[in-house]
Amino acid sequence: MSVSAQTSVAPVRRFSGRSKRVLPGFGLSLGISLFFVSLVLLLPLTGLVVETSGMTWDQFVFTITDPRVIESYKVTAWTALAASLFNGVFGLLLAWVLVRYEFPGKRLIDAVVDLPFALPTAVAGITLATLFAQNGWYGQWLDKLGVEVAFTPIGIVVAMAFTSIPFVVRTVQPVLEELSPADEEAAVSLGASDGRVFRKVIFPSLWPALVTGVALSFTRSLGEFGAIIFIAGNTPYVSEVTSLMIFIRLQEYDYAAASAIASMVLLVSLILLFAINVWQSRFLRRLEGR
Amino acid sequence: MSITIQNINKTFGKFQALNNVSLDIPEGKLTALLGPSGSGKTTLLRIIAGLESSDAGKILFGGEDVSHLHVRNRNIGFVFQHYALFRHLTVAQNIAFGLESLPRKERPSKQDIAQRVDKLLEMIQLPQLADRYPSQLSGGQKQRVALARALATQPRILLLDEPFGALDAKVRKDLRRWLRALHDEYHFTSIFVTHDQEEALELSDQVVVMSQGKVEQVDSPAQLYARPDSRFVFDFLGHVNVLSGVVKSQKLVQGDAWVSLPGTRGDQEAQLYLRPHEVQLSRSPSTHARLPLRIQSISLIGSEVRLELAPEGWESSELWETGMSHGEFAQQNPTRGELWYAVPSVGHLFEANSHQPRTVDWNFQDAANASSM
Repeated sequence: MSVSAQTSVAPVRRFSGRSKRVLPGFGLSLGISLFFVSLVLLLPLTGLVVETSGMTWDQFVFTITDPRVIESYKVTAWTALAASLFNGVFGLLLAWVLVRYEFPGKRLIDAVVDLPFALPTAVAGITLATLFAQNGWYGQWLDKLGVEVAFTPIGIVVAMAFTSIPFVVRTVQPVLEELSPADEEAAVSLGASDGRVFRKVIFPSLWPALVTGVALSFTRSLGEFGAIIFIAGNTPYVSEVTSLMIFIRLQEYDYAAASAIASMVLLVSLILLFAINVWQSRFLRRLEGR
Repeated sequence: MSITIQNINKTFGKFQALNNVSLDIPEGKLTALLGPSGSGKTTLLRIIAGLESSDAGKILFGGEDVSHLHVRNRNIGFVFQHYALFRHLTVAQNIAFGLESLPRKERPSKQDIAQRVDKLLEMIQLPQLADRYPSQLSGGQKQRVALARALATQPRILLLDEPFGALDAKVRKDLRRWLRALHDEYHFTSIFVTHDQEEALELSDQVVVMSQGKVEQVDSPAQLYARPDSRFVFDFLGHVNVLSGVVKSQKLVQGDAWVSLPGTRGDQEAQLYLRPHEVQLSRSPSTHARLPLRIQSISLIGSEVRLELAPEGWESSELWETGMSHGEFAQQNPTRGELWYAVPSVGHLFEANSHQPRTVDWNFQDAANASSM
């Protein structure tokens, strides 16, 4: 193609997609984004795999099935589950109150919800440990009731719930805000009781967001470390979480074992995230029309 | 079931949405609540439904006081502007919602509900869409489903809040006709809110014009258009040509324009309101009026030719408008930019100290003058 042809005829480019874009810089911005995603995400992942690849399969299996590690999986899984379920209920309530009612201090509470994100987890852990210790503000009362929180798995649940509550609130809140009051009014005008309105109208629109929030809260709790170790007591076979096991292996300079356990946490987290996304997109497709 | 509204008041903060509204809605009729936004028409509808509570006043359904009855016990059907269909339920499930919400004792059996839903789908002419989700329907279809859902429990009263507001012009017209036909068949007492005068006049048996929280006029569409009894109703219902000036020696004068008004007392401000069809165009002024106007635009589409005219040598806040038949247009051949004179046949005079208009008929007066002089 000659130069004159290029200037006189409407420009025909080899990449037909490119000429259609209005905003410039697609290539550059995508390139930089991809570069950073790989730097932030893929590099450590690869590092993890490379580190574990120094082990034989048997060593790998032995490391990740060590009874103490297995016990830590169990503790982590059930505490994370308990924490995220608690957050599911409490977070929904909090989001509901923040969206539906006007009261003094609403803005403050709305801001405070993000505190667990902003607060260094270690600070949260120390604070929780102090509060729930047998002579702490909460602990002394709970002690009278015969409930021990600090230095038990329940402490782990408390720490996990604290650090991951914003996930539930912040995923449910926008959906609640978007719910049209007309839907509820329509249901009531058709004679539905308050309970039925919630079950049949509000909850069905809400629960995809709620499940996502709970799942995010669960995934986050699986990897929580800083807040937990101060309050958990870290008794082997009782209140050791998996992330602590990684830390212990690192302290023993057993990088391969640490990576092996870490890769298990990573695997579970990725599978969960992937599952949430697939499930959610399927659900949304139905609501927004195929 | 007739509806009686007694002295309803409602304020939102400092804003008075409804100011002592009293109204009778006849049984089996389609009544329109018409008014500009902020006139309180939607608030009134919501208070009738029980979705909003009034600060004072009573609502009676067929003589029974329902002011303190909860929405769910008022047995009304409510249709929302944006349909408010349940997104996660199919069309059939949406329609069945009200029936399934009935207390167990009154609830029909599953088969009965299914049958009723089928019947309603038939009525809205969408039986093939029973298993679709709302997101797969067009706006017009959604509103039909919403209507079927509202009618499923056989409510005593049907309330519609700008039911066609979110639809495009063509669909709106179709749905309007369909609703009218449906109403003529079933005769439920219904009230619908609209800000569209054409819609109100075309669809309803009775129009309630509202403005600033008050009822301005209640009348049949024909009466309302022919005899508006306030400036507001005049302005609000269709186009109106206005000459405002001062009455001097039995003439209303402003600048170069005047209209003779026999029997008026002098030296007061007054406005003359003329509907487009009450004005003819002529190349020269008549004996009873001189209203010079310059043709600004000519619109040929429709059953009549519409002309927009700008006052020449006097002023009006809006352009004047009038029509002529296509035959007349071909004969007289008015063109843009030409100077013509408006000749009123009938007019409505608002004198400075009265809110009610006085009708002036020049044809009649000319005849009377001719015979007496």
